[in-house]
Amino acid sequence: MPSPLLQRRLIFVTGKGGVGKSTVAMALAGVAARRGMRTIVADVNGAGEEHEQQLAPNLFTLSIHPQRAMEEYLSVKVGGTAGQILGQSRMFSAFAMATPGMRELLSLGKVWELAQTQRRAWGGEPYDLTVVDAPASGHGAALLRTPRTFAEIAKIGPIASQASTIAQTLADRDFTAIVAVAIPEDLAVAETLELDEALQRERLNIDLLVLNQRHPDRFEERELEVLRPLAAAPAARLALAADLRARSEAEQAARLEARFGGRLQSLPFLFSPELGDDELEQLGEALAL
Amino acid sequence: MSVAEILEGKRVVVCAGSGGVGKTTAAAAVALGMAARGAKVAVVTIDPAKRLAGALGLDMLDNEPSRIDSRRLAGVAMKGELWAMMLDPKRTFDDLIDSVAPTPERAAEIKANRIYRQLSTAVAGSQEFTAVSKLYELSQSGRFDLIVLDTPPARNALDFFDAPARLEAFLEGSALKALLRPTSVGMRLFAKGAVPVLGALRRVTGVDVTTDLATFFALLGGMTESFGMRARHVDLLLHAQTTGFLLVTSPQAGPTEDAISFRRTLADGRLPFSGAIVNRVHPPLASVLTDSELPDVGPALAQKLATAVSEYGVLAARDAANIARLTAALDGAPLLLVPEFEDDVNDVHGLVRIHRELFV
Repeated sequence: MPSPLLQRRLIFVTGKGGVGKSTVAMALAGVAARRGMRTIVADVNGAGEEHEQQLAPNLFTLSIHPQRAMEEYLSVKVGGTAGQILGQSRMFSAFAMATPGMRELLSLGKVWELAQTQRRAWGGEPYDLTVVDAPASGHGAALLRTPRTFAEIAKIGPIASQASTIAQTLADRDFTAIVAVAIPEDLAVAETLELDEALQRERLNIDLLVLNQRHPDRFEERELEVLRPLAAAPAARLALAADLRARSEAEQAARLEARFGGRLQSLPFLFSPELGDDELEQLGEALAL
Repeated sequence: MSVAEILEGKRVVVCAGSGGVGKTTAAAAVALGMAARGAKVAVVTIDPAKRLAGALGLDMLDNEPSRIDSRRLAGVAMKGELWAMMLDPKRTFDDLIDSVAPTPERAAEIKANRIYRQLSTAVAGSQEFTAVSKLYELSQSGRFDLIVLDTPPARNALDFFDAPARLEAFLEGSALKALLRPTSVGMRLFAKGAVPVLGALRRVTGVDVTTDLATFFALLGGMTESFGMRARHVDLLLHAQTTGFLLVTSPQAGPTEDAISFRRTLADGRLPFSGAIVNRVHPPLASVLTDSELPDVGPALAQKLATAVSEYGVLAARDAANIARLTAALDGAPLLLVPEFEDDVNDVHGLVRIHRELFV
């Protein structure tokens, strides 16, 4: 029996593009932080803040840059002047950055480092929980596969042993959880089912499927019967359209329920112009964690 | 404005945008509309919805465009031809190796190399690389009046344009070759820095990788010129006046921001920008509620209707605000709006509907 989600040290959040991965990652981290856990949300696109930033009490954020992760790794692993020379060597970094999978491995190495109880980064305080706002399904699964691939290709050497340590960490369901996010639409559901299969081939499991953006299903059949003849009236037309959406969503949700059963949790569509702290808190609390 | 006007004189259209905004369907709709108006059009998609692909008869993955039977296109009068293909990155990569390798034996050896196998499949970036590679190949063939490329989902445009360059850099392998061939000019030039680097490289990566890489580059030897040449040609093609980039987005805050930054990236890279398509727009409530009175349906249902109307109003206002931001960033470039449809549109019916919105 795997541990409850918030008792793990590392959570990956992935899913199709545009379904609210980042929102769910922040909502999850928010719940943990409010419960007093020192929590960091990390993305691996290297586009944001490259130093750990505090957002709220117990809540931190970081954007992992592969190049920086490599410099840090080299200074810790190779150490001293050699590490510094390597980290700054344009030749070495051009090679390392261009090597297939190396950026992914370096990013994951940093994620792994964040999740350790004893951090090797200089002055790094340990986090109770690391939430990774991972890339979309296809690239997300590729990211999670990287350490195993490296461990298989590079049989010996520090990279091989580091890669296999990371691979073991990812497969340990007491340590790492994978959360997939979907919305109740055909494409997103299909991609989620494919993601689940891709992960299973890597012997990894989706621990929680968040079905995001469920619209309300508020009209009863007898009400719809009243509304149908009135479809010329815009309000009735809106209501009938909303009902059509709710039906289509129920169909898509059923496809996911068939696969994920008790691992599925729904979040409501929020009718608000933007997602602020209040909305994130509302979503976090809606997840029974 | 119609997409047909926007794309006047274009031979290549690249649809770019973040994931989940309906980019594939928009690309297919653009291709459909241009074909209906008489052009011979090929649409190259990365990962189309299965239902759409199936409905178009695209279930075969042969990595070459196949002609779509116009009878499948639900009543669209077709003056030209619509061709479509699903990109198979591995296959495209293999074809590329076949075309640049001096002998079939050399090609087979490369394709059997572990580094190559990793490179051509698992790696993020291989989709982007193969997409532009295929685009170039189709454009060179001269078989089509217009090629519409659907790009892989990316958070920002840079991912798409950087990935091919990153892979090219790796394939050219100049840095590594300098390390592996101690007698090369590069090695002598870098001798001072390279000796410790080479030692550390072994320590850090493990010998096996280096050996595989050395074999890989030995096999590629002499072919890097072809890769470099191709990269320069692709670059010229992307910058040509007959090429246009279409941004596809949805009217939510995140995708809108992505679209605005895409627009900037395109401008910085001097890439020809044609316009933007905003998908899934909730039109303003005023135009929906022309006869503002709710029908008399009793208080309980009236309350529910009022809630539904006010929820819709929130979305319409949100969309309007984001569209206004995008419009400001577009600086007068064309902007096309496609309304939200309540049911899923990933089939031929949906495709035809979106195409009608784009070609008015």
